[in-house]
Formats: sequence, C-alpha cells, structure tokens
Amino acid sequence: MSAEVKLDVGTLTVSASPHIRCDESIAKIMWSVNMALAPAAIFSVYRFGLPALSTMVICIVAAVATEYFIQKWQNKPITVNDGSAFLTGLLLAMNIPATLPWYMPTFGAVAAIAIAKHTMGGLGYNIFNPALVGRAILLASWPVAMTTWPEMASKIDGVTSATPLGILKLQGYEKLVAIFGDKVEMYKALFIGSRSGSMGETSALLLILGGIFLIYRGYINWQIPVFMIGTVGVLTAAAGHDPIMHMMSGGLILGAFYMATDMVTIPITVKGQIVFAVGAGALTVLIRLLGGYPEGVCYAILLMNCVTPLIDLWIKPAKFGARR
Amino acid sequence: MAKSFRGGVHPDDRKRYTAAKPIEVAPLPQKVIIPTRQHLGAPCAPVVKVGDLVKKGQVIAEAQAFVASPIHASTSGKVVEIAEYPHPVFGSCQAVVIESDGQDEWAPGLPLSRDWQSLDVKELKEIIRQAGLVGMGGATFPTHVKMSPPPEKPIDSFILNGAECEPYLTADHRVMLEQTSRIVTGMKIAMKVLGVNKGYVGIEENKPDAIEMMRKACVGSNIEVVPLKTKYPQGAEKTLIKVILDREVPSGGLPMDVGAVVQNVGTVVAIADAVEKGIPLIERVATVTGGAIAEPKNLLLRIGMTFAQAVALCGGFKDQPVKVIMGGPMMGMAQRTLDVPVIKGTSGILALSASDVNVGPERPCIRCGRCVNACPMGLVPSMLSVLGERGAFAVAKEEYSLLDCVECGSCVYVCPAKRNIVHYIKLSKAQNAAAAAAQKK
Repeated sequence: MSAEVKLDVGTLTVSASPHIRCDESIAKIMWSVNMALAPAAIFSVYRFGLPALSTMVICIVAAVATEYFIQKWQNKPITVNDGSAFLTGLLLAMNIPATLPWYMPTFGAVAAIAIAKHTMGGLGYNIFNPALVGRAILLASWPVAMTTWPEMASKIDGVTSATPLGILKLQGYEKLVAIFGDKVEMYKALFIGSRSGSMGETSALLLILGGIFLIYRGYINWQIPVFMIGTVGVLTAAAGHDPIMHMMSGGLILGAFYMATDMVTIPITVKGQIVFAVGAGALTVLIRLLGGYPEGVCYAILLMNCVTPLIDLWIKPAKFGARR
Repeated sequence: MAKSFRGGVHPDDRKRYTAAKPIEVAPLPQKVIIPTRQHLGAPCAPVVKVGDLVKKGQVIAEAQAFVASPIHASTSGKVVEIAEYPHPVFGSCQAVVIESDGQDEWAPGLPLSRDWQSLDVKELKEIIRQAGLVGMGGATFPTHVKMSPPPEKPIDSFILNGAECEPYLTADHRVMLEQTSRIVTGMKIAMKVLGVNKGYVGIEENKPDAIEMMRKACVGSNIEVVPLKTKYPQGAEKTLIKVILDREVPSGGLPMDVGAVVQNVGTVVAIADAVEKGIPLIERVATVTGGAIAEPKNLLLRIGMTFAQAVALCGGFKDQPVKVIMGGPMMGMAQRTLDVPVIKGTSGILALSASDVNVGPERPCIRCGRCVNACPMGLVPSMLSVLGERGAFAVAKEEYSLLDCVECGSCVYVCPAKRNIVHYIKLSKAQNAAAAAAQKK
C-alpha cells in the first residue's frame, strides 16, 4: 500500500441517492422562457414605441421589487434572480395595452406577485398564473383604460382603439375584413403583427418562434399550444366563424404558448395538459362567441387553473405493473 | 434495434475512466474486517472465536435463517477481534477481524474440481447456499433464495443482467470481457437449477465489445444476447424483464410472478466458481473511480479490505472528495468514513469531487413534470416528495403508490428544483412501516 489516503473525516456529505444530477435549474428554465419572449417583446416596442418599453420596464421592476421585499420581510431566501418574477412582469406587460398610466401596470405587477404568488406560498405553490391574475385585477379596476388600445402605424386606419376581436364583436366580420382590404391581407396582418391590441397580442410569428424554441429545449410540450389553438379553430369553424382569424387573434397565441404552459399552474401529466388545453380553448370560444367580452383567453386559462388539481387527481400516469 | 422502456434518464455515463482498464488483482491486505451481515436478511452468528486460526474459504459465520447467507474467511490468519465495526450499508455491524498470516492458504480440499453436469438440482442449490452467494449488483439478496422459487411460480426465463446502467461502473463490463466462458458456465448451472430452457443476456449498447464477446460465447446454446438501449435504469430488474420479455412485474410482485429470474454478472461467475471449484464468495470485482480518485481502476478485491486500502491502490485522492459512495452514483450509498470494509455487494467505490455532484439548495417543486416523464414505474414523484415533506405519509402510500417506487433516482436526477425526492420517499416508506408496526402491537 504505497499511496497515502488523507481525508478530513467529517467533510463527507452523507445523503440519500442519487448522488449526481443534471444541470437543469429553475433559473435556467425561467430565463429561457424570458428569452423566448424577447423577440415578440422587442417587436411590440418597435410597434408601439417608447410607451411600450416604459410599461414593460415598470411591470418587470415592480414585479421583481415586490418579490424582493416580500421575501426580505418574511425572512425567506431571496430568489429574485431565478427569473420567475421577471417573467411574471414581462408576461403582464405583454397582456396589457402599452399606454396605461404608470400606476396601473405598477398596481397590476404588485398584485400579481403579492396576491397571486406570495399569499399562496411563493413559486411552485400558486394556483393561478400570476400575470393573468394581475391582468384580471387591472381589467376589473380600470376597464376602460384596459380596453383602450394605442394607435400604431398599422393598416387599421381610423379604427385605432379596437382590436380585431373588438371589431368582430361590435361591427361584424364583413367590416373587419373590409378594414384590412381582403381576407388574405387580414391573415397576413394578424400573422406578422400589424394590428391593435395588447403588447403581446401582436406578432403571432415571433411568439410561435419563441414557443418552438421552448419546445425544442423541452421546457414546454407541443401538445398544449396545438390542442388549445386547435380547439379554438375547430369550435369557431363549427360555429360558422372564420377559424383562421380566431386562431391568430387576441391573446390566443400568447396564452397558448406562454401562459397555458406555465408548469406551476397546469396539470403535471401530458394527458392532463391536453385536457387542460382543450378546456381552455373551449372556454375561450365560449367567452368570445357568447360572453360579454370580445376576448376570453385570460379568463379561460384562469378558470382551467382552478380545475388543475382535479385533473391531476383524475389523470395519473399508467403505473408499471398495472397490467400483465 | 435495441429495446427500451418508458421513462428513464440519460446521465453522462462517465465510464471512460475505467472501461478500458483490465481487472487488477488487489494485493493481500494485512488485515480484513469481515461483517457478519453482508446480505439482505438476518445477520449471521460467528462460529470462530478470538485467537482461532482460520484458512481461506473457511466458514466464520453461519446463517441462522433461510434468508441469510454464510460468511467465509477471505484469507488465512488469526481472528484477532470480533466487534462492532463501521458497515457500508447498516452503519455499523458485528465483524470478524482476521490478521493475515501472509500465506493466504486455502481451507483443506479447496479449490476442488467438480463436473457440474453430474450434480443434481438439490446438490447445486446446497452448494450455492453454502458458498454464501448473494446478488452482487448491490442488492445482496441471498442467491439460493432467489434460485428456489415456490412450485406454484413456474420459471421459464433466466436473465443475466449485464446492463450495468449505473454511470461510472465498469466492473460487470470487464468481467464480461475477461471471464466470458465462466459467465456462460454459471448461467447454464443457474438454468439447470431453475429448470429453465431459455436464457437471455441483456447488455447496454454502450458496451459493443461485451455484446460481441458474449454473443460468440453463446453460439450454439439456448442463450440469447439482447442489446439494450443505453438508458438508466435499464438494469433494474423490473425494467429489464419488461424490455427483454415484454412482461410487467405486477405492482408489489416479484420477477418470479412473471416467470423470470434475474442475476447479476458477478453472481453467475460466483455460481460457476462455487459449483466447479468449491470456492465460496470471498472476493469480487469492483470499480474504484470518481473525479477525486487519482488513478481509477477495476480491482478484484478481498471481502473485508477497507475502502481506504482500495483507494490507496488507485493512487489515493487527487482532489478532496465531497462524497464517497458504495455502488453507483444513482443508487449507491453515501459513506461517512473510508474505514468501512468491502462487502459482497460492493460493486463500486466512488469518490466524487465537488464538480461531480452538482447539489444545489432545494427549492419548491415547480411541477415541471420532468420526474413524471422520467419515472420508469409510472408514478408521480413530485407529489410523493411534496407529501413526504408535508408528513402526509399515508396519503403517499394509499393514493400515490409509494411502495411501487424502486428508488432508482431518475426523478431526482432530472429535477430542476434539486429536490431530494428519493429522500422523502425513503422517509415516507419508513414512517409507514413504523406506523404499521405500531398498529400491530
């Protein structure tokens, strides 16, 4: 026995197996989602100008600061650099008009983090998507401001304060098509993002590209956006509406790729997620076609968040050895 | 096309350190510490006393129950102490300490030479029992018990587990390359004992040389070599049977319930040695490796040699280890000292440095579902961890199939929140067992 073995006894970690782990982390996932949203966010600043940028900054700063102070106050570890509060702020900004006065987005972001996230126990414990709760609270508090859409250099000349879905609701499909010129022009405008709406409702293309990046990285499932958007397409077509217009309008793309995929608030199994997505799509159509609002994605997802625990109870993975 | 199963993970296998290193025979230690419990089941009772002179291969502790396996001296010398010593699995355990006389002399009549074909099943089983054979993959279940299925559970398939899916470990790989014909002999004996006509060898695709060697050795026999997809936990009994036979061991059941018996590579070599040469289980091949080991190796180690001695044979540490593990990094057991002895179930000695382990502070579950996708048993590990954390042990058992967890660790490996899911599961299992025991009283 030639070599000497020297070891400081007491320095060895004794813990349960396994002893190696992959290098994924919560921060890596959250910052990846932020990154996936970045192109669409930058595009909305390009479309809506500086007010969009300042609203975005306000939402993010308010969300992160709220999380910081709550954790500090509760003597919990400060986890603001994990990107989750940043993401809530960014998502909230994407869900509201660009031109709200500063105190409204601030209020929304504080409410999202303080009420929807930290009264429930913080990251992982919240039942509802915080950004959507923030939006719902803003819509309840300032309904007019929240449905007044900023003017942008768009093709919707003269109809600056209505979204395509708003026009559809109040003036009908023919009028909507007429504003864009023809159907193909309308589809193009919706896809590329030349339309009025919330900051994140504009470019279907960039949102989908970010979503594909997240699917590629394995952070979201393709099933959720495909089933949610598909359900909206099928049901609107069945109701005699233009499914393509519906699939690309409003917050559907944003909601389907970035909010219905919020892992904390949706079912944990892929099967459960499909149920969730179909349910959210169906509720969206119900609200859009029969409800009082022109748009329904936000409430559809929040309502489905309520039944997530039930879906998880009903749908469990197939246990090994359950069949012979 | 390699076969696979649902779930599992793909950890970096880190076998490159030792995969090409032939097995080296470790020199005789001056002293061996031989625990009287090296198997799952009841401890053995020493049949020697301090001052006795013993020979290599002599029984020093006798099994007192059916589920137990006798213990033999791993070298010749003098019994100098019988006392509690650190144990790699049980924390501490009674051990017989033998000071070597340097002669390494066999007990009378050993090794012998026997033709296994002339022995009947009953004799073979008795030889296996007396030789102290246990599952050498790490589980250490007494081999004679596994080889004695009740008559109402007919066995039609024998599977050799050559998957070696644990990262770092290459001992089975080397044994398959270097002792190929011994493996085939051991398998044939095992198949005779079980009355089985069909044998399979499952080997992961990352060991093409072993697949090749075993295939050649099995030509003309009723043993088929099955390449397996490289994926952890391919070598877990239940997943191995699923992949090779497409049969699912029922929840709460055993391989024998679906007509299969699975044995580890080292175990079948030990069967061949015991039956043909009369040699009991007194040494085994183990991989000594990890980022903290200066010169990783595959070593043939005597039972009773300490981990410290084995590490010294590999040039000691080049880096301060943060964890020392017996077995693989996924299911092995963390050690608090290097003074523990090598036992029959020591498939590897890993010394991991800080860069190998990647432990972060535990965070709340974000329900990402990665553990659900990784679980080969179809469970919801995230819920099991949350319920364990909350103390809802009974709910975990009744609603979330706690007892079906095989503790493979795939869920913990993939968890981005660095949750110690298997820890919570072990805790819940223990608490449920304690509650059940309290109720019986």
